[in-house]
Parts: sequence; C-alpha cells; structure tokens
Amino acid sequence: MKAAPFALSRPESIEEAVACLTEHGDDARLLAGGQSLMPLLAMRRQSPRVLVDLRRLTNLTHIVTSDGHVEIGAMTTQRAVERNPGIAADVRLLALAVPQIAHVTVRNQGTIGGSIAHADPSAELPAVALATGATMIVVGPGGRRSIAASDFFVDAHATAMARDELLAGIHVPFDPPDSGWAFEEVSRRPGDVAIVGVAAMVRLDRERRIAEARIVLCSVAPTPVRATEAETVLVGNSPSAELFAECATAATVGIDPPRDLNGTSAYRRHITAVLVRRALTRAVDRAAR
Amino acid sequence: MSGSVTRVDVRLTVNGRDRAATVDVRRTLAELLREDLALTGTHIGCEHGVCGSCTVLVDGASARSCLTLAARVDGCAVVTIEGLADDASGGLSTLQQACIEQHSFQCGFCTPGILIVATELLADNPQPSEEEVREAISGNLCRCTGYDSIVAGILHAAERGS
Repeated sequence: MKAAPFALSRPESIEEAVACLTEHGDDARLLAGGQSLMPLLAMRRQSPRVLVDLRRLTNLTHIVTSDGHVEIGAMTTQRAVERNPGIAADVRLLALAVPQIAHVTVRNQGTIGGSIAHADPSAELPAVALATGATMIVVGPGGRRSIAASDFFVDAHATAMARDELLAGIHVPFDPPDSGWAFEEVSRRPGDVAIVGVAAMVRLDRERRIAEARIVLCSVAPTPVRATEAETVLVGNSPSAELFAECATAATVGIDPPRDLNGTSAYRRHITAVLVRRALTRAVDRAAR
Repeated sequence: MSGSVTRVDVRLTVNGRDRAATVDVRRTLAELLREDLALTGTHIGCEHGVCGSCTVLVDGASARSCLTLAARVDGCAVVTIEGLADDASGGLSTLQQACIEQHSFQCGFCTPGILIVATELLADNPQPSEEEVREAISGNLCRCTGYDSIVAGILHAAERGS
C-alpha cells in the first residue's frame, strides 16, 4: 500500500497548474483533496509520473452567492459547503446530498471540484450537478470556458475536459420558488459508496400540481443519468402514491444498471424504484411547506 | 513555475511543538509521524483511507493521515493521539479518562483514530446524541467491541463536559 514513485509539482496559480498539465500531459494527475486519488495511488491503480498538488490555489476555496446562483471554487471542501448557511437556504439539494458523502473526516479534506472532476458514477456531487443544472467553469491554455453538467460527464471517470484543462469552480443556480428537493441513497453502511442514489426536484403550481420535475439517478450507469421519461409522467399531475409508483416504474425502464459485489443489476433496478418513490414523497413534502 | 521535486522540506507543529523533516514526496503524513518523528501512537491499518485508525487533526479538522501527503502539511498544526493528554499536568483528557472508565477499547488498534474524531465531535458539538456519536465514529472500524462501549465512553465524556 505505497504509491509508486512520482515527482510533485506545487503550482501557485491556476496558470501554473495548467502549464504543468500542458508540459506533462497524460503523465500528470491533479491532486485536490486526495480522498479518491490517494487510495488509487496507494493501490497502484494509478501511477502518474507527476502529481500536481492544487493545495496552494487558495483562491479556489470561495463560496460566493450572487444574482441567482452560488459559485463554489473547486478547492472548497465538502465540509465548508455542508456548513454554509447560504447553500442551506438557496441550494437545498447540495445541502441535502453533501452530508451523505462518506464521513466527516473525508468531507473535511474532499473538495467539490475533486469529486466532480473524478466523475465517479456512484458519487453524489456529479448527480447534484446534473439535477441542479450546474455549470462547470474550466480553465485551460486557451482560457476559461463553461460546460453544462449535461455535457460534462461523458463516461465513468471521464469528463468533457481536455487533458490540459482543470476545473476551477462550479456555478449552481438557486432553487426555483415553490420547489422541493430530496437526495436519497442506499449503501451497505452509512458513508459507504451508494449502491443507488436518487436526486429529485419537484416544483408545484398554484393548484399544487407538479409543474416541473427533475430526477437524476447515480450508480446505475457510467454517468449520472436524468430519468426524463419518469419526469414526464409527473408533469401536470397532482402528487399521489399511485403517480409516484408509475413514475418509479418509468425510471427503471431506460436503465441497465451494472452488477458488482454490492448488488445485482435487478437489485439496483428495484432499489431505484424504491428510492424514486421515497425521494418524490420527500421532495413534494418539502415543496408544499 | 515551481517545477517538480522528489524531496521536500516540511515544517509543521505536532502537538504544539515545532518539527521539521526532509522527506520523499510520496511519504504520507502517517509515515512522517511514525517514521520520521517517532510518534507511533498514530496507527496505520488499511493504508487506503478505509479503516480510520490513522486519523489525526490537521489545523483542527480530522484527516486520514494515510491519505495526506507529508508535503501537504507544511505550515500546518497537527494533533495526534499523543497530543490529547494535558501536557502540563500529564493527565489524560476528559475523553480519554471517560473511555477508560467505560472500558471503551480492547486491542487498541482503532483507539487513536476514534479518540481523534471524538475529540473533533465534542469540540464542535459538546452534547451530542447517541446517534450523532455513532455517525461521528462511523468512518472508523473497530473489530473488537461492537462499538457500544466506545459510544458509552464518548457520551460519558460529554456528560462531564470534555
């Protein structure tokens, strides 16, 4: 359990970090909070020649709310997000999902940008990014560009970022008025990897019918996926147990979940339906308050 | 441009004392503590961030020292299990004493990590519920006790005001 030898680079700015990536290409890996990469290095599943430590990029640790969205620097810890009162008030899915990531000790070090750039299919934050319609702010040799969450996650552990780009931060829109949110997951033990996770949002109209719904599933595909057919089932209808059951069935139709030690494909499909119902019930409850 | 290096100088405080070492960049904080600074109270279990035994405080926040490069704690204040006792009196912390009274631990392998996360919990939330205690130690594996005695020790410390 010891990382293969590597050289360490400690850039002082985003530009220096990008220059490292340009210079070393595929031989370099970025180190953010280290809670995913360090185990991979220890097990020698990855052995980069150069590790680019982003710890000195302290200008990427901000949480700024303005103009209907919150901007979170990529090196902001998950714990800081969990404890931010503005996020708790205005971006409730983040506030609900982040405490479900691993354990406090991991969230103390793990970063928002690290988790999103790592793009683990079972991770909470990529699903949250997709469900909230977040935008990733990416910096490369050509400057800065934005990538919508729906375009960002392209495969398991693969994103739309080029080799010489790094994630500088994310923009997450505030919750729409009269919306309710939920993040539900099942794992072997609390804090373990999600066997299935479901993020849900519903917005109710004046007659308490569902005006808009978003459902995102994680751990059932190589990337977080939006269950658009299930969402369609909801829109225009009044919330009810029957409606949620129909929606839950629809959510399982378009997926072909993987099987591993934690569960078979059929088990994941079953849990998906259970969690979709549970998440919708909670989201509607919260929207109705 | 800072360039890349294979050796680094690390200066930090450990349990309030200034310490320094020159280490290979792949050295972890756990190894720095145990091998370079002879502080073997921090235990290395799984070495990939699963068991929690190597947990220490870095600038007041718990961290798995096996997942932390020594190079990253340059300039930081680290507290290990050796730092929990009161230096002046030599006495154990309220938490440590409470855990002894409740027979919290058996073999002692998980003890340093659990006492560190419990210290962090009680600093943040001096009167935790049993559920909050269980959640706080949920990232730390104990293979002896079944956890009940550990939870009792931490709750006992909270009653006394650690």
